[in-house]
Amino acid sequence: MAEKFDLQEREVWDGNYAASQALRQARVDVVAAYPITPSTPIVENYGAYVANGYIDGEFVMVESEHAAMSACVGASAAGGRVSTATSSQGFALMVEVLYQASGMRLPIVLNVVNRALASPLNVRGDHSDMYLGRDSGWIQMGAFNSQEAYDLALCAFKIGENHSVRLPVMVHQDGFITSHTAQNVYPLSDEVAYNFVGDIDPVDDMLDFSRPVTYGAQTEEDWHFEHKAKQHKALMDARPVIDEVFEEFEKISGRKYKRVESYMMDDAEIAIVALGTTVETARVAATELREEGIKAGVVAIRVFRPFPLDQVRDALENVKSVAVLDRSAPGGAMGAFFNEVSAALYSTASRPLVTNYIYGLGGRDFAVSEAKRIFMEQKANADAGHITTDIQQFSGLRGPHLGFFQTKRS
Amino acid sequence: MAITSIKNLKEFSTNNDRFEGAHTLCPGCAHSMIVRELMNCTDDNLVITTNTGCLEVSTAVYPFTSWDTSWMHIGFENAASAAGGAEAMYKARKKKGTLKDPDSPVKFVAFGGDGSTFDIGFQWLSGAFERGHDFTYICLDNENYANTGGQRSSATPIGATTSTAQAGTHSYGKKEKKKDIVAIMAAHGAPYVAQLAPNKWKSMAKGFQKALETEGPCFINTVSPCCTEWRFDPKDTINITDLATDSLMFPIYEIIDGHELNILYRPKNVISVEDYLGAQGRYKHLFKPEYRHVIDEIQKGVDEYWEMLQRREEARV
Ligand SMILES: Cc1ncc(C[n+]2csc(CCOP(=O)(O)OP(=O)(O)O)c2C)c(N)n1
Ligand code: SF4
Repeated sequence: MAEKFDLQEREVWDGNYAASQALRQARVDVVAAYPITPSTPIVENYGAYVANGYIDGEFVMVESEHAAMSACVGASAAGGRVSTATSSQGFALMVEVLYQASGMRLPIVLNVVNRALASPLNVRGDHSDMYLGRDSGWIQMGAFNSQEAYDLALCAFKIGENHSVRLPVMVHQDGFITSHTAQNVYPLSDEVAYNFVGDIDPVDDMLDFSRPVTYGAQTEEDWHFEHKAKQHKALMDARPVIDEVFEEFEKISGRKYKRVESYMMDDAEIAIVALGTTVETARVAATELREEGIKAGVVAIRVFRPFPLDQVRDALENVKSVAVLDRSAPGGAMGAFFNEVSAALYSTASRPLVTNYIYGLGGRDFAVSEAKRIFMEQKANADAGHITTDIQQFSGLRGPHLGFFQTKRS
Repeated sequence: MAITSIKNLKEFSTNNDRFEGAHTLCPGCAHSMIVRELMNCTDDNLVITTNTGCLEVSTAVYPFTSWDTSWMHIGFENAASAAGGAEAMYKARKKKGTLKDPDSPVKFVAFGGDGSTFDIGFQWLSGAFERGHDFTYICLDNENYANTGGQRSSATPIGATTSTAQAGTHSYGKKEKKKDIVAIMAAHGAPYVAQLAPNKWKSMAKGFQKALETEGPCFINTVSPCCTEWRFDPKDTINITDLATDSLMFPIYEIIDGHELNILYRPKNVISVEDYLGAQGRYKHLFKPEYRHVIDEIQKGVDEYWEMLQRREEARV
């Protein structure tokens, strides 16, 4: 039996520590991991909990991230609760296995502490790694602060292991901004947390020899399409399950999560759509602008995969001008997030104006003043009835303005 | 419990049916013989992982499977990590008491081809051995990437022609030496490492049993003649294997705890490598006069290696 870990009603935790406490409370059986800044402390802490008897589990320190996810796949198929953490290059090295994990429908929880991808080498946060995983068949959720990193990690096990879902889940948090900033966190007691997550009930347990299972079979054109379609449907069908788990979590914690979270959107005319810590910055900016009578609001995407297209559309269809913020190098296109939000808005009657802001790459600070400036550009668009700037702009960049795709004025 | 006495080939070949005959490996492929020899030497529950390659693509083509035990394929390089992960979970669940049948013995086995073992998967294999997972890794060494159409691997011997190390008017085929994977794995300090061959079924069964029963990571390299890429008649697989072991191109031996070497088969009449090379299409070009020196070089290498093995066995170091 594990040693009791003393928890206060209020703790001061950074996002990494918060995520690692969720692993302890969920009684994760196996963590297989490889270190990378800024996610390293999550798995180090799990190792320390094992070393000090706070958890009965196996900590497998592998030789690379590819092996970490591979071992997680083997461990998960062997019927227990499995988790790991990574960032950036480590995430990139895992990508092959991310697809294998989701294709085998294994409910592994991966804490991703977002960080830019090299080159140039950079340890600070942006969402390049999150975007790299967006088609890998994992559920992806974003935590905007330490409390949420803890809460969502607990929810992730319950969502992924649900028998109608059976999918791996990533919980993202912003590198350094969340992962290394200590904040007040209100943990649940060990009992309440574990009762919420519950025992894992594996579906195809490789250690149940009364029913041998074959994992990772080959399919060609005769079946592959059907398998991928079913996997996609499973992701889509996870949406109500995610909602239910969030509602259940609210009952035990008083903290409310939604797949799309609207802030002051009821009568908003202009909006920022964002992910990660930027959401809180944008909310502060919107609050301040409201005092000046500007009807600003913020739409936060809490669950990025499965993409909540209908909820994004409903949240935004009555605004006049929308700024979509992408914290990832767009690679010769519009930001991926911009494309998805625009697609959601295309089917609305009102078709709000949409502008794409590339910001905060490699950990560049995103200040309230910058959010305000973006809001004011939306106001100018709303007043003019058309986009008054370039459709895609780099925000907060040194040197001359960098923008692309001039609007056609009517 | 593992079977310790194997009376005769008939009993051995019908002992255990956890690998079904209905697979799509080439007729005459030695991979299936080796898998059966493993399955038939133990009654323990088996968790098997397999790297991408001929064995994998031919035995689990949805909606069919040849595996009547827990089996997983993930990727080309990572069966060793997956086996290690499953083994870690076994330990965790045993401690917690969440296993369905905690008392029946379970063994973890990973299969790889020589391509996945010697080349792309080597890092994963080495890591799993360093960590000391309790599993057995079996390399099906057919000396080429068969599944992608016969490219060179670092297990391909000097002088063989492959699709990416071709013999031609200016080349006698592969120019580099075969990587000594057995020595490399023994150097990990693994408790049991062996090189075996499916024609020597008794020593193969014993080697497998030792590996399964030894705690910690065990490695077995087994010759697996590939009729398609080595170019011989499918009915001759075992004959070719006999030539391989009797010419000492594939000496059969084990290394315990990284140093104690035992030779497991000493041919009564050692044949020349020429007899082995001449029976396969992949070495046909070596019999042209201009490439005679390559055969001599191969013979020299085999003689020196056999000498080294005997000295090591004698010296017990
Ligand atoms: C990462 C990756 N690279 C390449 C491949 C293509 N590939 C599949 S099997 C194979 C060769 C297998 O050779 P080997 O391991 O020797 O096994 P064999 O088929 O000879 O039994 C290759 C190159 C792959 N599946 N994955
Ligand atoms: S190509 Fe060679 S290794 Fe592959 S199935 Fe055929 S005989 Fe076996």
